[in-house]
Amino acid sequence: MALELAEHNLSEERLEFRDTLRRFFEEHAPITEARRVMEEEGTGHSPALWTLASEEMGLAGIAIPEDAGGQGFGLKELAIAVSEAGRHLAPIPLFASAGLAARVVQHVAGESAGGWLTPIAEGHAATVAWVEADGDWDPAATTLEVEGAGDDVTLEGEKHFVLAAGAAERIFVVAREPGTHCDEGLGLFVVEDDAPGLVVECRESVDLTRPVWTVRFDGTPAKAVGPRGAAASGIRAGLDEATALLCAEMEGGMRRVLETAVDYAGDRFQFSRPIGSFQAVKHKCADLLIDYEGSRTASDGAVVAFDEGDPEASILTSVAKSHLGPAYVRMATESGQIQGGVGYTWEYDAHLFFRRALASKAILGDESTHRDRLARHVARELEGGQA
Amino acid sequence: MRREDTKDEAAFRAEVRAWLEANAKPRVAGPPQALDHSPEAEAHHWEAAKVWQRKKYEGGWAAITWPTEYGGRGGTPIQQMIWNEEQSHFDVPAGFIAASLGMIGPALMRFGTEEQKAYLPAMLRGDEVWCQLFSEPEAGSDLAAVRTRGEVDGDELVINGQKVWTTSANFAEKGFIVLRTNVDVAKHDGISFALIDMRQPGVEVRPLVTMRGDRHFNEVFLTDVRTPLDHVVNGLDRGWPVTTFVLMNEGAFIGTSNPVDTSATALIRHAHETGRLDDPVARERLGEAWARERVLGQLQDRMKGALLDGRMPDVDGSVLKILIAEWGHGRAELATWLQGAGGLLAGADAPEAGLWQDKVLSRGLISVGGGTLEVHRNGLGERALRLPKEPRFDRDAAFKDLKTSR
Repeated sequence: MALELAEHNLSEERLEFRDTLRRFFEEHAPITEARRVMEEEGTGHSPALWTLASEEMGLAGIAIPEDAGGQGFGLKELAIAVSEAGRHLAPIPLFASAGLAARVVQHVAGESAGGWLTPIAEGHAATVAWVEADGDWDPAATTLEVEGAGDDVTLEGEKHFVLAAGAAERIFVVAREPGTHCDEGLGLFVVEDDAPGLVVECRESVDLTRPVWTVRFDGTPAKAVGPRGAAASGIRAGLDEATALLCAEMEGGMRRVLETAVDYAGDRFQFSRPIGSFQAVKHKCADLLIDYEGSRTASDGAVVAFDEGDPEASILTSVAKSHLGPAYVRMATESGQIQGGVGYTWEYDAHLFFRRALASKAILGDESTHRDRLARHVARELEGGQA
Repeated sequence: MRREDTKDEAAFRAEVRAWLEANAKPRVAGPPQALDHSPEAEAHHWEAAKVWQRKKYEGGWAAITWPTEYGGRGGTPIQQMIWNEEQSHFDVPAGFIAASLGMIGPALMRFGTEEQKAYLPAMLRGDEVWCQLFSEPEAGSDLAAVRTRGEVDGDELVINGQKVWTTSANFAEKGFIVLRTNVDVAKHDGISFALIDMRQPGVEVRPLVTMRGDRHFNEVFLTDVRTPLDHVVNGLDRGWPVTTFVLMNEGAFIGTSNPVDTSATALIRHAHETGRLDDPVARERLGEAWARERVLGQLQDRMKGALLDGRMPDVDGSVLKILIAEWGHGRAELATWLQGAGGLLAGADAPEAGLWQDKVLSRGLISVGGGTLEVHRNGLGERALRLPKEPRFDRDAAFKDLKTSR
């Protein structure tokens, strides 16, 4: 019998919302679909599924304001949606478009974001390209400089580790004013997918259901989004929310990994008894639960903090990301181990989650980055308190 | 995140705060002082705890959730939580008597006869302190293997055997004991739960010194100890349900009585002041410890939130117990690692008065006490995840025929 964990922390409306989404994904995006896209396309993207998710379920615009054509829900509802997508490794750009691009654009463009958000809400997928070849997730590490004055500029250079670049109709690019450093002079610029000189290249990636892309610009025209050269705080705010949402997506995968392990341990017989009755296996399952419970609390804490305008939201996001990254990898590893030989095969799904866990741990900063940030933050607060 | 008090809760909180201000000293942060584990210090703490309990009783705060007929306040769990929060700002000897109140009190209210319940008021006043006589040398995690015998002699029970890990047996006036009263039936069916007088001939208490040097626990040797038959709770051979009820309360008690220690912040402050924070390895480890404390706090809020809303918590208490233990050990080890060679010292000679060394050396208190982490993991597997139990060889056979290590 399938494991069903208690869920007293979600309101009835949200539980119903989750169940509706789960039914949608189970019907239209079982993991066989992620696997089909992986084997046939290699892009991590199913256009038909994304159209269905956008048009039938309105997933593309869940947290986009109603006057910009979205559904006007909060981050919590968006988190429930990305969590379900994470549970199914759904080959759609939900996180990249609704969780990353829309959040960054919203914070950078502020009042004038509507024009950029409406197409995203309609299902015209978007993504954000900010990381460069050195793999530093901190936007302050940006070296790409814009050329030209006014709102219309050109880009020359490349961005790396971009999510869903193949699915995106618009790529929002972080670049800086010439001669600036760190947060100073950072801006957000949008490139259309048919812009001249734009090349997107799918990289051979550990995560087969969500590969990363390299994006190259060769005299590519781009348009400024929000005020030029003053977007750092907006970019950071958007990336913080995206990090909390990535944690929510990871939580969905972790739950699936836990359920799979526990179901397997209950069903699989060796030595004439279910292997889950052996303490060695039972304790592994208990550890999966312990990792999962801390993770679901931490990711929920970060998401809800943003929804409630808690000034600690960004810090709680680092708490969550530093916790979930290693926890997801541990869970996917041990879940595969509990499944024994088959957990090590191409045919079983264990490796797909293991791959997703490895990628998710790295994306938007690994645990070392976030722990370092936390220690510095606490020290700074203490200094402030003493002054 | 904690919600705002309702009007009634705010009024209750104000009442609690006013009483505490009039009757206790506020907790003040000073330089750390080395912990004193000497028998004299423990006796001193114990007397202070009894005085405090009496004070609370007279003020009507001795047992907030107990019914008024047993001397309680007839309050709610939320009021208890408010009391705990307010009390944490004051320098009071909490925790000593609270353990026996939290365990035997509820069991007597649930299973006791009117005569047995008559013990409750003296317990609340702190006049009579109770100890729990459960574990034995051959009955640790497998508590139902107890072999301390109880034999009926007229209208009395005669008790012979040995108990171990008995907290505060040297201070207790009364005890509740788990006994083997029938060896011819299956192990769980021959157990009785009795109330005994600890101040009688035949009860010999020997302190059990732990690795950190405290005498918190005792061995108790019982030779022809007598208790009236009407002091058997829930009837002869029917003690196992009472025992599991007490253990459940013990679990809940341990799960809620460990407030989140904010000491990762203190560690970061210390590292910052000593320049240790310039080391990226130290920063990463400290950041990890700080994040864990926040996650633990969020988990505890999740449990409290359920209580506040009158819902069942959706996280198992054993998850918290295991994390409190393992992350607590990790933090203490991190603290002594940060001290470098200073970590070799202990007590007053050590940095921060050796408080961290003390924590490192008291590991077993939480990893073994209140159920080993392994037993809690079994519980998570079987209760929360509904995994099948291990095959057992001790279910049906008569107790006298079971294999033991002796």
